[in-house]
Amino acid sequence: MRTPLRPLTRRGLLTGTLGSAAMLATAGALAGCGTKGAQQTEAGCVSEDLSGTEKKLAFSNWPQYMDVDDKDESKRPSLDAFVASSGVQVTYTEDINDNNEFFGKVQNQLAACQGTDRDLIVLTDWMAARMIRLGWIQKLDPAKIPNVAANLLPSLLNRPLDPENRISIPWQSGLAGLAYNGGVTKEIRTVDELLTRPDLKGKVTALSEMRDTMGLLLQSNGHDPANFTTAQFDDALNTLKKAVASGQIRKFTGNDYAPDLAKGDIAACVGWSGDIIQLSAENKKIKFVAPDSGVMLFSDNMMVPNKATHKANAEALINHYYQPAIAAKLAAYVNYICPVKGAQAEMEKIDPELAANPLIFPDETLLSRSKVFMVLDEKQEKEYEGKYQQVIGA
Amino acid sequence: MTALAHVPTSTGQPAGPPPPPRHDRHRLLPYLLLLPGAAWLLLFFAVPLFQLAAASLYDPTGSLSTGYALTWAFGNYPDVLQAYWPQFARSFGYAGIALLLALLMGYPLAYAIAQKAGRWKNLLLVCVVAPMFTSFLVRTLAWKTILSDNGWLVGLLRDVHLLGPDGRLLATPVAVVLGLTYNFLPFLVLPLYASLERLDYRLLEAASDLYASPVQIFRKVTLPLSMPGLIAGTLLFFIPATGDYINAELLGTPNEYMIGNVIDSAFLVRLDYPQGAALSFLLMAAILAVVFGYLRRAGTEEVL
Repeated sequence: MRTPLRPLTRRGLLTGTLGSAAMLATAGALAGCGTKGAQQTEAGCVSEDLSGTEKKLAFSNWPQYMDVDDKDESKRPSLDAFVASSGVQVTYTEDINDNNEFFGKVQNQLAACQGTDRDLIVLTDWMAARMIRLGWIQKLDPAKIPNVAANLLPSLLNRPLDPENRISIPWQSGLAGLAYNGGVTKEIRTVDELLTRPDLKGKVTALSEMRDTMGLLLQSNGHDPANFTTAQFDDALNTLKKAVASGQIRKFTGNDYAPDLAKGDIAACVGWSGDIIQLSAENKKIKFVAPDSGVMLFSDNMMVPNKATHKANAEALINHYYQPAIAAKLAAYVNYICPVKGAQAEMEKIDPELAANPLIFPDETLLSRSKVFMVLDEKQEKEYEGKYQQVIGA
Repeated sequence: MTALAHVPTSTGQPAGPPPPPRHDRHRLLPYLLLLPGAAWLLLFFAVPLFQLAAASLYDPTGSLSTGYALTWAFGNYPDVLQAYWPQFARSFGYAGIALLLALLMGYPLAYAIAQKAGRWKNLLLVCVVAPMFTSFLVRTLAWKTILSDNGWLVGLLRDVHLLGPDGRLLATPVAVVLGLTYNFLPFLVLPLYASLERLDYRLLEAASDLYASPVQIFRKVTLPLSMPGLIAGTLLFFIPATGDYINAELLGTPNEYMIGNVIDSAFLVRLDYPQGAALSFLLMAAILAVVFGYLRRAGTEEVL
């Protein structure tokens, strides 16, 4: 007996197609349920180093973090010097705007042990620590970067995230402290003043970067940001919570506080030294303040991610930037703290005024008051970041 | 795709003579035309949606380095609702107020362009659309300058004592709502314009011949005829406005953060994927509920 075939209707076909598509999608989702751990080992994810045959290097950095020629913006003197001396063609890309955003961009590849098409990346301490913890970063060969051991500033030697100075090498460093616009308000000296002075109400911003804001608060509350307990963190967070609840703090920002401070919409803030130097070059009334309780020292670090194929070229570039003369050239343009010893003497030749600037070449007293935030493990990071995000409202 | 196997001609039965191939092509054509769109939707909407659904049920104690296991953790939903209900309420509140403001401005505007602008019609339309040629972000940043504490607007409002001497607009809910209103206004105006433009003027004349007052004409003739545009416009306005986070981020403070800001931070900063996914799903569900409720009340089958 032949069963009659159901005539095909448009609706039937559509339902059938959609139904099977939905089932396929469900099945796919269920099959892919859960995620694998992102933890890798450096040894497990190494690629062959092609530096010997390929004179190339893909270098990702932040915008405006490289010196350019005054007359020709497309020329980068310190980088061009490297190209000339080493013969390595550098593809320089300014595609890192935000640590979290960049992490999102590369996390799928690095978690799956795939290449990112980048040989050298520059990320801030805490993000560097996270990537190192995840095993996504390759160790460098100390023999190929002798200038680092010779010229790295003593206060940046043997940092907790990289005790041997061979996995994340500071590109530039900076301070997180206070800043104010003298055209709108009178001087501030302490974190307490920032968070409680009535005339600043609603005219204060703090950084959404937890380690910078909380580091200053921990110090102001008498705790050590390099070594604190959860109770101490909560204590400092409480201080911040009060300032948010009272309306003293207007908002939490990334780099975007700078134009607001210049306009006077905000009178005082927690800010970064490099931004403030650039602002004060245009408006002398904008000043950076290192509170007596202490400032936070951070670095943006050069690192070679897993599966990068030009590690030796990257090491050559790192070594190049640790020559004092080159470092001075760079520091004269970017105005952050120069991590290279001896660059100050070289800077005298370029611009004596900058050479005397304590925010580019900090003196011993300032350095002794600066702290690096404790390295957090994954659980601590989630806990502290969660609590902090709750207070700053996101 | 398996459904295609039911096509009688492809079952291999020797029963009848095969229909001419031209006819067959004709019947398949609509589906072939649908294929690119359907594949696109499947790949970039359906699959991520299911992944998101799965992520919202991950074990909340998982982490990036150890990975997340699917443990059907439905508890994620009440957890995030409890922690972030104020941001949810704010999203709908701000988007609702912005929608009202936009209707008050947008309806007369669309009506004027469609019915009264005469030869200025095209120019006025360009004026509505032209801001969209610049990026959303740039337009919102421009509002930062307009509403700045030391800007002329705040100065003026202080002079007429609408604002106290220390009053401000930037970093207040007012700024966020204004930003939302401005940024999404064209999405409301354009569909409204389209339906008002087709309005038959003779119907209005007939109504007034029958002694309807202008208010009655509007209520009984103009408004019902513009309903499809109004509904499409309000949806196009309300849905993106609810999920927006740029305006709250740039023009507001943490106290104005909307649910979009929380989702952004959950995915990118806190790396709490189960929470972020659960929030995204709740937002989607809430918007769908509001939209369906609205469509039921507005009751316009011809729109959808």
